[in-house]
Amino acid sequence: MPALQTVAYDRKKIRVEPGTLLLQLCLIIVAMIQLFPLVWLFLFSFKNNAELFGGNVLGLPKVWRWENYTSLFKAGKLGLYFFNSLAVTFVTIALTAFLATMASYALSRMKWKWSKLTFTVFLLGLMIPIHAALLPIFLILKNIGLLNTHLALILPYTGFGLSMAIMIVVSFFDGLPRELEESAFIDGSGIYRTFFSIMLPLVTPAIATVAILTYLSAWNELMFAITFVSKEEFKTLTVGIMSMAGQHSTSWGPIGAGLFVSTLPSIVLYLLMGAQVERSLTAGAVKG
Amino acid sequence: MDRVMSNKKAIAVFTLPAFALYFVIVILPVFVSFYYSLLKWDGISARLFIGLDNYATLFQDHVFLRSLWNSLLLAFLSVFVQLPIALILALVLAGRVKGSRFYRTAYFIPVVMSTVMIGQLWMKIYHPSFGLLNTVLDGLGLESWTREWLGNENTALGAAFAPIIWQYIGYHMLLFYAAAKSISEDLYEAARIDGATGAKVAWYITIPLIKPMLKVSAIFAVVGSLKLFDLIYVLTNGGPLHATEVPSTWMFNNIFRQYQYGYGSSMAIIIILECLLFTVLIQRLFKSE
Repeated sequence: MPALQTVAYDRKKIRVEPGTLLLQLCLIIVAMIQLFPLVWLFLFSFKNNAELFGGNVLGLPKVWRWENYTSLFKAGKLGLYFFNSLAVTFVTIALTAFLATMASYALSRMKWKWSKLTFTVFLLGLMIPIHAALLPIFLILKNIGLLNTHLALILPYTGFGLSMAIMIVVSFFDGLPRELEESAFIDGSGIYRTFFSIMLPLVTPAIATVAILTYLSAWNELMFAITFVSKEEFKTLTVGIMSMAGQHSTSWGPIGAGLFVSTLPSIVLYLLMGAQVERSLTAGAVKG
Repeated sequence: MDRVMSNKKAIAVFTLPAFALYFVIVILPVFVSFYYSLLKWDGISARLFIGLDNYATLFQDHVFLRSLWNSLLLAFLSVFVQLPIALILALVLAGRVKGSRFYRTAYFIPVVMSTVMIGQLWMKIYHPSFGLLNTVLDGLGLESWTREWLGNENTALGAAFAPIIWQYIGYHMLLFYAAAKSISEDLYEAARIDGATGAKVAWYITIPLIKPMLKVSAIFAVVGSLKLFDLIYVLTNGGPLHATEVPSTWMFNNIFRQYQYGYGSSMAIIIILECLLFTVLIQRLFKSE
């Protein structure tokens, strides 16, 4: 008996090893391809031009020049751009979540003749590329005098984010039992109170999903950002980084530092909330 | 309860804010764009109504036609290169592989990086003298292969496409992974009992069952390629000599650099129609299968 067992174990061990090893090797190579640009960025952001152009392109920095980073915040406008991105993204997320949840509630749970049509109209937005709206929105903002403000970005971002947000929250509401409202009304609660104290808390996972998707599109958005905001004080990171890169076009270190800092929040958020991000993205796709 | 749930005022309160914003930002502009596309207008002087002339000009505009071709090429590459790679990675990681979590996270990181960052970074990678690519080629003794990747008309397009494909592999991989994972374990068990191994299981069971996700991915990939703006704008802004031009960068150029509001708007309309067309096509394609 023991002899047989040992043989079986050995055979399994031998059969599995080369295949798995090769597989792991391939997976690691792919991981390197995906991550190396970021690693390289991190490394060269600490170098100065002399070192970089003097031959040490790929390796570890000989001297870790933290001043590349600090100078950006002091002399450069990185802090400003960061703040603008933060302000715009945060308000966009809040506004989108708020408007979408209210509208979704009415679309999913309330009874009215036009609900199906309205829902379809909201979903059309998923198929409309933002390019179509670029010029008209630019002119509208210009005429109202909202160009070069935070709202210039918040309003369009929210507008375009509503389609996906409503799609996600509606399907979530659809899954909740009707008894919830019935019992609330029997208890004398009005529609608004029922919504805010009972229904809203129940769709928090959907709201989380909306928050994540909105963050990703707002933080990294470029086209509207370069068109609607040209004044320095209101530029977001995406635009600011581009003008900074233009300014320092020959100093790679500081540019690298700027790029790294602008992307760090997204990476950190992703590492912290990876599982939720995965769920949010697939939820968005599945419903589509 | 029905009375409360049909209260018109409440419905309006809940729905109107969202709808009003959405209407002004999304729906109205599409119609306005269409109206502009029928004009010859520079934004300042009087508008001249010229009907469908802009569209006629479009189809003789060599740059526009080239940009269309580029976007279709990219769409083709994303479906036939990016998706298969993503699919294979997803299927491998969905199986019993050590470190699946780590790999999934690592592969997805490019997706959360901002396109501006990726564009600037890859510009450095492609830098003729100090870029990562040429440095590595030199190191491998392949100096003859080094060149000015983004500056050379022949290599610029390919060079621009690489980061685009690279960035979103992780995204599609994630979608496929989620879909594969949602297939009931029982089906895999039954297949295993029947003696099926890795590749067979993937081909006969997993792939057919994740068809809906394949469809969604294909639509995202194609529509995303047709609409592409960010990376091209940052990397090359359509250059050199329009080698890497795509419809949205040319549209942007026409509207905001050349002040051809009408002409640019006609491009916007074409882009929308293109996206709608391909969405419908892909839906049809998958239905017939």
